[in-house]
Amino acid sequence: MSEMHAETVPFVRETMLPAAPPPAREAGAIRWLRNNLFSGPVNTVLTLLGLAVIWFLISHFWAWFAHSVWRADSLAECRQIIAETWGEGASGACFAVIRERWHQYMFGFYPPELYWRPLMAFGLLMVALAPVLFSESRTIRRTVLIVSTAATLILSVALGIPMPALILAAIVMIGAFFVAERHAPWLLIFSALYPFLGVWLLWGGSVWGPLMVLASFGLGALAWVIVARFAPMLSAVAAILVALIWWIGFSGNAAEDLQGLIPLGITPVASDQFGGFLLAITIGVAGIALSLPMGIVLALARRSDMFLVKSLAVMFIEFIRGVPLISLLFVASLLLNYFLPPGTNFDIILRVIIMVTVFAAAYMAEVIRGGLAALPKGQYEAADALGLDYWKAQRLIILPQALKISIPGIVSTFIGMFKDTTLVTFVGLFDPLKGISDFVRANFAWKGIYWEPFIFVGAIFFIICFSMSRYSMYLERRLARDHR
Amino acid sequence: MSEAITRDVKRSQMQVSDEVAIDIQNMNKWYGTFHVLRDINLTVHRGERIVIAGPSGSGKSTLIRCINRLEEHQSGHIVVDGVELTSDIKNIDKVRSEVGMVFQHFNLFPHLTVLENCTLAPIWVRKVPRRQAEQTAMRYLEKVKIPEQANKYPGQLSGGQQQRVAIARSLCMQPKIMLFDEPTSALDPEMIKEVLDTMIELAEEGMTMLCVTHEMGFAQAVANRVIFMDQGQIVEQNNPHDFFNNPRSERTKLFLSQILGH
Repeated sequence: MSEMHAETVPFVRETMLPAAPPPAREAGAIRWLRNNLFSGPVNTVLTLLGLAVIWFLISHFWAWFAHSVWRADSLAECRQIIAETWGEGASGACFAVIRERWHQYMFGFYPPELYWRPLMAFGLLMVALAPVLFSESRTIRRTVLIVSTAATLILSVALGIPMPALILAAIVMIGAFFVAERHAPWLLIFSALYPFLGVWLLWGGSVWGPLMVLASFGLGALAWVIVARFAPMLSAVAAILVALIWWIGFSGNAAEDLQGLIPLGITPVASDQFGGFLLAITIGVAGIALSLPMGIVLALARRSDMFLVKSLAVMFIEFIRGVPLISLLFVASLLLNYFLPPGTNFDIILRVIIMVTVFAAAYMAEVIRGGLAALPKGQYEAADALGLDYWKAQRLIILPQALKISIPGIVSTFIGMFKDTTLVTFVGLFDPLKGISDFVRANFAWKGIYWEPFIFVGAIFFIICFSMSRYSMYLERRLARDHR
Repeated sequence: MSEAITRDVKRSQMQVSDEVAIDIQNMNKWYGTFHVLRDINLTVHRGERIVIAGPSGSGKSTLIRCINRLEEHQSGHIVVDGVELTSDIKNIDKVRSEVGMVFQHFNLFPHLTVLENCTLAPIWVRKVPRRQAEQTAMRYLEKVKIPEQANKYPGQLSGGQQQRVAIARSLCMQPKIMLFDEPTSALDPEMIKEVLDTMIELAEEGMTMLCVTHEMGFAQAVANRVIFMDQGQIVEQNNPHDFFNNPRSERTKLFLSQILGH
């Protein structure tokens, strides 16, 4: 039958038209250029202007980069080499400072023979994050695990890791890989234990300290189970109380006693020896990991029907958001000491982490509240109508969707917070951007060197922040459900 | 009447028992100062199929939303399946897990697959083992005739299919009572029939149903009582035959002439 119809006024279609392929597109670079760069007079002018700006920038900086010197002992020597090679008056970068001082930018004043410990903590962090960040993609998870295991083991050998530690690390990391291959969710147990392992690797000391803090969680869980039999409403309170009492009252003494009984530990490293990216990443990772749950709780509290809970959340969020981060950091470093009983040794990094977390959590709460508000009311009603209680409805229905909507905002907050870790320089900690650079410049050999450290530190910050941004885009794509 | 319903429902199969499923006594509700439900008295027996009709803003949706406490009433009593609805959260959760609800806009969970939508509440509220919950869910998805969509996301389905999933999701909790809040109002005409067919099938099996709907054909085919509401009050209730052929109140006559007049 013909597919052509004479469409006269009384018309009946006799055959349905089959779907036809779309018309072939004109392809090629020329078409792309015309469409995207030279589609009209204004566009063409803008394109040329843009090219001119790029040319201007490159022509000015190219020589500086091309003339960079990587082997020298001082800025003066750098300048001499540049003058000798490229002629008097030539400009050039002196990246020799990075070559000589990279370890301080990375580790601060951490004892050099122990550099492998922060490295190991970082490598294990990747292992702990893999099942959390890439729960749905076996390929990506596998790549992350293989690359981080190989890189960590090779680099730690280069940094002089002792043999027993190397063997142990290899067993843990390769074991983690096989566990993840077999059943990825099992690796989440490692992720849950990682905070204790990470803290122990970074600060060292007796193994019993972190273990006793870990024990407080075990005791809390035990209290939960026991109390839940008699009074289910009180079980959460009992669990938290028991855990806190143990942690504050007994865990310290218990750790000391056990250390006396079975001495197991590694060289302790004090907080003032931390610096550079080690410090930035420690504060950043802890802040990110803690501020997200805190932000969620605050956002839920702010939307609560209970007046007191709601007002407390509003007061907290508005107060924290209304105060500059630096003032919070000053409170952490100076004022807190006046309020604490004399003799209490409250670690400065811990204090800073608390303040950074609280600061980020206030912003996080508002971002998540936006996501919660964007959900249609029907989702809450459907969850209610099915008999889900408040917490189950939040966890299974509301938060998964609200957090997905808020991903760009959440990651922006993370990135902002990570960059804000450089502000710890104002409370005497050695951040990579100013703290370490000032320290490096305090040496006569590197006096007056500004651009190179900034470029180096900036590049590393960019890599980390850009990865976070790419991850958020990946996550958004992975969670997209609405299109066909 | 509506051509969507061609099947004759075997009324003899649909037994109404003496057991009371829902008992509403002198119930009143206000939104602020606006008196939305005025002195509602309604007793629903097990196995009854009630259609609630009325102009928009007459309080029909609010009435059935009070039955599972999506809306709170301020005076009077609502007893559902022997449990009185008060501010006691335990009672509310108990009632909600026995009462299924189907919404105008489906309200499926877009981040979960069709199967996960159906198994979520049985697993987390009823504590049914996952495998068993999935079997039950597949049975109900077959019943609403879309088992092949089980692993798709709601966004990939048509409106009619989504509403049938929503019905299956409620049925998976094996409720004793089903509430339908304008289940076909958001659907294209071609999809209304598939949803109504599912509802008729459910009625034939003896489910206690309260439906807010404008589908008068459905009311004639399956309801054993039609309730007409206006301005927050029950104006008239009768069996469908008498309700449609012999309406007594002027307001009902006007309403029927407007929706059936063309």
